[in-house]
Amino acid sequence: MYKILEKKVLGPQITKMVIDAPTIAKKAEPGQFIILRIDEQGERIPLTVADFDREQGTVTIIFQIVGKTTTQLNALNEGDALLDFVGPLGKASEFDESIKKVAVIGGGLGTAIAYPQAKKLSAMGVEVDMIAGFRNTDYIILEEEMKACSKNLYITTDDGSNGRKGLVTDVLRERIEAGEKYDLVIAIGPLIMMKFVCLLTKEFDIKTIISMNPVMIDGTGMCGGCRVVVGGETKFACVDGPDFDGHLVDFDSAMRRQPMYREQEQESLHKHQCRMEGMQA
Amino acid sequence: MKKNMSLTKVAMPERDPIERSINFEEVALGYTEEMALEEAARCLGCKNRSCVAGCPVNVQIPEFIALVQEGKFIEAYEKIIETNSLPAICGRVCPQESQCEGKCVRGVKGQPVGIGRLERFCADYAMVHGYEPKYDIEKNGRKVAVIGSGPAGLSCAGDMAKRGYDVTVFEAFHVAGGVLQYGIPQFRLPKELVNAEINGLEKMGVKIEKNMVIGKILTLDELKEEGYEAIFIGSGAGLPSFMRIPGENFNGVYSANEFLTRINLMKAYRFPEFDTPIKKYKHVVVVGGGNVAMDAARCAKRLGADEVSIVYRRGEEEMPARLEEIHHAKEEGIIFRLLQNPVEILGDEKGNVTGVKNIKMELGEPDASGRRRPVAIKDSEYVLEADAVVIAIGQSPNPLIKSTTPDLETKTWGGIVADEDGLTSIEGVYAGGDAVTGAATVILAMGAGKKAAAAMDAYLQSK
Repeated sequence: MYKILEKKVLGPQITKMVIDAPTIAKKAEPGQFIILRIDEQGERIPLTVADFDREQGTVTIIFQIVGKTTTQLNALNEGDALLDFVGPLGKASEFDESIKKVAVIGGGLGTAIAYPQAKKLSAMGVEVDMIAGFRNTDYIILEEEMKACSKNLYITTDDGSNGRKGLVTDVLRERIEAGEKYDLVIAIGPLIMMKFVCLLTKEFDIKTIISMNPVMIDGTGMCGGCRVVVGGETKFACVDGPDFDGHLVDFDSAMRRQPMYREQEQESLHKHQCRMEGMQA
Repeated sequence: MKKNMSLTKVAMPERDPIERSINFEEVALGYTEEMALEEAARCLGCKNRSCVAGCPVNVQIPEFIALVQEGKFIEAYEKIIETNSLPAICGRVCPQESQCEGKCVRGVKGQPVGIGRLERFCADYAMVHGYEPKYDIEKNGRKVAVIGSGPAGLSCAGDMAKRGYDVTVFEAFHVAGGVLQYGIPQFRLPKELVNAEINGLEKMGVKIEKNMVIGKILTLDELKEEGYEAIFIGSGAGLPSFMRIPGENFNGVYSANEFLTRINLMKAYRFPEFDTPIKKYKHVVVVGGGNVAMDAARCAKRLGADEVSIVYRRGEEEMPARLEEIHHAKEEGIIFRLLQNPVEILGDEKGNVTGVKNIKMELGEPDASGRRRPVAIKDSEYVLEADAVVIAIGQSPNPLIKSTTPDLETKTWGGIVADEDGLTSIEGVYAGGDAVTGAATVILAMGAGKKAAAAMDAYLQSK
């Protein structure tokens, strides 16, 4: 069992948990992920390692409440434990030593995944500009943390309730056109956001790394459920990724695969909610 | 004792095909004591014991059957487990027709002795009667690690524990058993039984650490630093092969691994009681002719598909699946579309599968496997309606361990290079099962684990 040491609500639908997992904490690197299972009936869900502390032996996860499993996860508290927690899985992000200046872009929950990359780059002495987009001011997460590891932090919201109204790509285009010379762009968020960041950076010929988060079961290359088309070839996000060269990723096929189980996910969530309400009544 | 000279095996009771094809209950029900006695009497106890030579783990077949003839079922079970640590499993999933039973002298005229059925009977009898094995193991305090808890790993672990070693098995999944859990379905191999056999090994002193992906969380070097003096790699053939034809990434196309793992390991057939989903498909096409293909097709049927087809590029004669699986699949209404092969998977604008374009084949000259090579017949393509396609054309070894162990030599297709005894290119590191041979059978993997255990023991004794 893997104990929840700390739980913090970061936003209306976003929660952070610090998990006691010393062997994983020893090995985890930014860009990698873990897979967890709550109980015997549970499904295996992949979550990116948001942070880790080798000395304390902890791994931090940040998740958005979208379906049954994340709803159930969010109902757990400090002192409770997860049945299974396996990792670190996937390849760690690799950064070229020659990189001087990077734009790290996060969209919604993707910000939580982009943040450890920004933190690592900043620790390497790289100049980091961070652009983070959210639905509205209530959904903003990790603002202080992002500030601490970036030279400039640009926040955008869909409704303009905080930072600037608009999309992360608006800011990126503006910065590039204003003469910022980024050696690398890292974009993590919804597929549609990553697709448009890549279209933009391709125009300016800036290398762009994105992180895929498809449906997966084992996370070790066994099921092939997480396959993505990269440069015309089928790759497994769990072992070949989750980071890929964004200019090579076929986002349209990934967007078609993403909602494959939406109907079943809704059914599962609905049944769970009914049961919870039934218990309260 | 009077011998039974009947030319046919005593039939094993089975669930009705129509009834069973809508649930996941075990299909074959096993012998009663009377049936076991009657079948055992067919064994002549002949001198040449060719059946034993046909068994990869050397079960003392005539001896255990002689004990069954006497009604000494527990003693018969004890005779089996002298060399086979997982008899309830082997009795169900071994391809006996090409092993022990294939060599049986009774098979020259008529059917061979039902060795597999008798093995299963003894194992089930012992389990039902709460048999507790008595182990008198003298511990030697030396640590060995086994990577993977499938048939190869479990057999190696069991044999090493019996020899007194302190054995730890590392498993990547959240349950032990490997392919016995994620691959072979409940209706062919009940998971309660797999758990019971593994439990038996734990009682013998084998430790199992789950959620440990070796190659990621720990490397082989780190295992050695932790005091493991020898390592056995039984990581299986977990990497699914796809066909590399257009349309393979449409929604509804699965590797057999994914389809079976969802259903067997994650229990998607009990969704939403279990959280992992699988969709209800109407027309499922399974590509391949092995046991995995049969398992996938029979699972698809049980999930409620109206029509399930097996598409195989050769003929039925050439199918690598066990005879019993082919027979059961047919009984359950699986349609066999032989001598044809998919060339493209078709889908709609949303990315969902709508059909498979197949091309007809004919058999040409024999190929490297000795089977006649299938050759496509020009302009014979046709479209088969489908909303799901399961690719069951094979798996290759998982490259995870190799990727963090550069010294570990592998073949170009991924198989770990190992000698007769399972020794790899690294001293003290052994390997066996599908990780070495590519996808094969449970019993061959167990045989390899057993051989490697003997070699590991000899190596550690001499160190």
